[in-house]
Amino acid sequence: MEINQDQYQVRYEPDTATVTCSGSFRLTGDGYAAITEILNAAADAKPPTLILDLTKLQFLNSSGINTLCRFAIHLRKHDTTQVTVKGSTAFPWQRKSLVNLQRLLPGLRLEFD
Amino acid sequence: MADIFGDFVEKDKKDKEFLEIGFSPTSIPLQQRWRNNGLSADFLSDYLSSFFPGDDSASAERREEIKSAVSYIANELLENAMKFNYAPSEYPISVGMHLDQDKVRFYVTNSIDPDAVAAFQNLIKRLLAEDANELYMQTLIKNEEDKNSGSRLGYLTMINDYGARLGWKFEPYHDDPKVMKLTTLVQLPI
Repeated sequence: MEINQDQYQVRYEPDTATVTCSGSFRLTGDGYAAITEILNAAADAKPPTLILDLTKLQFLNSSGINTLCRFAIHLRKHDTTQVTVKGSTAFPWQRKSLVNLQRLLPGLRLEFD
Repeated sequence: MADIFGDFVEKDKKDKEFLEIGFSPTSIPLQQRWRNNGLSADFLSDYLSSFFPGDDSASAERREEIKSAVSYIANELLENAMKFNYAPSEYPISVGMHLDQDKVRFYVTNSIDPDAVAAFQNLIKRLLAEDANELYMQTLIKNEEDKNSGSRLGYLTMINDYGARLGWKFEPYHDDPKVMKLTTLVQLPI
């Protein structure tokens, strides 16, 4: 599954249970439906480990933060999955805002390159 | 008579460094304007970063940090202004960025639907009275249950993630007192 737009891209690789988000997510609330679908598909496959790679995600608006937080809440139902979120210190917003995902899903691993 | 909420200070005639951008809210459809929000926010952040020179890594890191925060906050404020602007009024939307020694002040002005004022002011009162951290978590849980609502996270992320102080001023337009002019002030420490 993947989304390829000029401003942003999302790719889900079931073999490695990895969702990679890149570019700038500045969508309206409704605009995140397709991204949510991919995130939930990755979660509902119930892999033992799931990686959300955000190292190339330059920008995320508050509707996007809401989308990722809802994904974390969704993952609470799958307690057999170890979730790792990969971030980058190159984009300072990530250090400020991604920690909220951990508050919603305490077992979530947050790794910064 | 103006109603003030939170931490509000007026623009000062003595402000030396500032940039203001105005928009005609009805000139293009919302979807296209959404892209403009990003362009304007990035322009403001690029512009401001030139005030923080220096080649060493600490200066570069601080510059990137400020740039990222300005881009996020300006984008959120513009998204709000575009979304909640009272279209029939045709008053312009404006965003101003004023640079102080220790903070950046963002002033965003738009008209709002007179019927939406009371609900919005109640939301502001909650935001000011309750613990922002707690409210952030409550809002996320509520958003999960009520999937069709907006995120309602814009102001909360500014307070929680960026340590910003917020204020609001509601006042009627002189030439059309039925319509309310809203000025939102966000003060970002730098």
